[in-house]
Amino acid sequence: MATTTTPRFGYDDLPALLSRLTGDEKHDRSSFSTLDVLWVLYDRVLGENDRFILSKGHGPAAFYAVLAAKGIVPVEALDGFGSFDSPLGYHPDRNRAPGVEFSSGSLGHGLGVATGVALTGRRVWCLVGDGELDEGSNWEAVQYAGRIGLASLTAIAMDNDSAFHGWPDGIERRFMLEGWTALRVDGRDHEALEAALAPDPEATRPRCIVAEVRAR
Amino acid sequence: MTTMRERFYELAREALDQDERVAVVTAQIGNEAIGEHPRHFDVGIREQLTIGVAAGLALEGYRPIAHSYTPFLVERPYEMLKLDLGHNDLGAVLVSIGASYDAAHEGRTHQAPEDVVLVAALPGWTIHVPGHVDEADRLFRQALGGDGRTYLRLSEETNHARVDPGWLTVLRHGSPGAPLVVAVGPTLTPVLEATSDRDVTVAYIATVRPFPHDELRGALGDGTDVVLVEPYQAGTSAAEIAVALPDRPHRLLALGVPNAEFRRYGTGEEHRAAHGLDRAGITGALSEFLV
Repeated sequence: MATTTTPRFGYDDLPALLSRLTGDEKHDRSSFSTLDVLWVLYDRVLGENDRFILSKGHGPAAFYAVLAAKGIVPVEALDGFGSFDSPLGYHPDRNRAPGVEFSSGSLGHGLGVATGVALTGRRVWCLVGDGELDEGSNWEAVQYAGRIGLASLTAIAMDNDSAFHGWPDGIERRFMLEGWTALRVDGRDHEALEAALAPDPEATRPRCIVAEVRAR
Repeated sequence: MTTMRERFYELAREALDQDERVAVVTAQIGNEAIGEHPRHFDVGIREQLTIGVAAGLALEGYRPIAHSYTPFLVERPYEMLKLDLGHNDLGAVLVSIGASYDAAHEGRTHQAPEDVVLVAALPGWTIHVPGHVDEADRLFRQALGGDGRTYLRLSEETNHARVDPGWLTVLRHGSPGAPLVVAVGPTLTPVLEATSDRDVTVAYIATVRPFPHDELRGALGDGTDVVLVEPYQAGTSAAEIAVALPDRPHRLLALGVPNAEFRRYGTGEEHRAAHGLDRAGITGALSEFLV
């Protein structure tokens, strides 16, 4: 994870930062759903040697706002969101945007890459969406990581009820069937998120944290 | 004689033992031949994951080798090649077996003459098409020593002898202005046979991306006729010839596997003949073109 010396803004400043990211309103629902999870990750969970992969790369406004709040992305860069010379596009590019560890946006890529990262022993958190989990490529990674007990991998599945056919009996059930531990938490509850997302040195299996949110 | 595939497995084992940067990712092909190793990850029959995992390993500083059968290494996970590796600017060595029709008897599922044109459509890839096991050995070591994205296309088809290192190697000189016949990878032997009594210059390339534009221009000299013989989809590098000769009126004959559904099983040898890539086929095509 890219780090800076001092946080520049707090959680309460995020709405103001988000208001500077205009033009991608079609992804507002997706973006705002992740805001609290991202804040808790960057404010309380991720260490210097940890990796975060935003697989759900569409609607990255909340991601950029959190990176800006933490001093990783220059705040002034938020104003040019999606413009020709901006490092911040509607889908993040690791070669342009500071702090972006993996370029994403096409759905169903992040978990496979996170699996490769975790195979080296590094701790990695990968955020996916409940709609994104329709993509079959995710399940190649879920199956493999579960079979081999890839304990350094944490998947965060945002559940804002956007999967077209839904997930009967819950997303977590699918992960558990493949050998993961899984837990559903309130995706706006910072204490619950921190408790669920904090590193678990005793883990022997990959884990999935389903963060449930309602559209604002 | 050791096949390219067998040599690759030997080299992969050697690389795992000798270079801590190297990791191998397979999907149930070559698994036993490469053997168990802490950095050999067989992900099961999950080919999209093969490339995703390779990208993750590259992100961590490893030099990943991803290996499978051609259609499962290039066609099925194509978007992972484009994004996980290419757009993220991560390096890997992709080593395929099967080529265009090595397993012709398996049918269309295992025939992949489109692979090189697909990889070539993505920016930043080096593509090697060795025509001999010793070339495959050299090109694999070369790829492993770098940090870019390389596609190494192994084949059961092989030339009678290796060609020593060189981007475009002229093996036979015609008279000034003679047509230039460019053989790619394992097409060299039938090209040499088909041109043995013709006044043509014969050149050979095993690295097709980047393409040797200047070398091709030099080999053509004052000539105007170019014949490109490729072991995959015909015309895969036709546009590269145009790039090499932007100011030179020229004629091009591009031989290769036609872009058409070919609903036949049989052997690779039968497919080579059916596509006009054996001695007789190339001889006939040259006779029509070089009237």
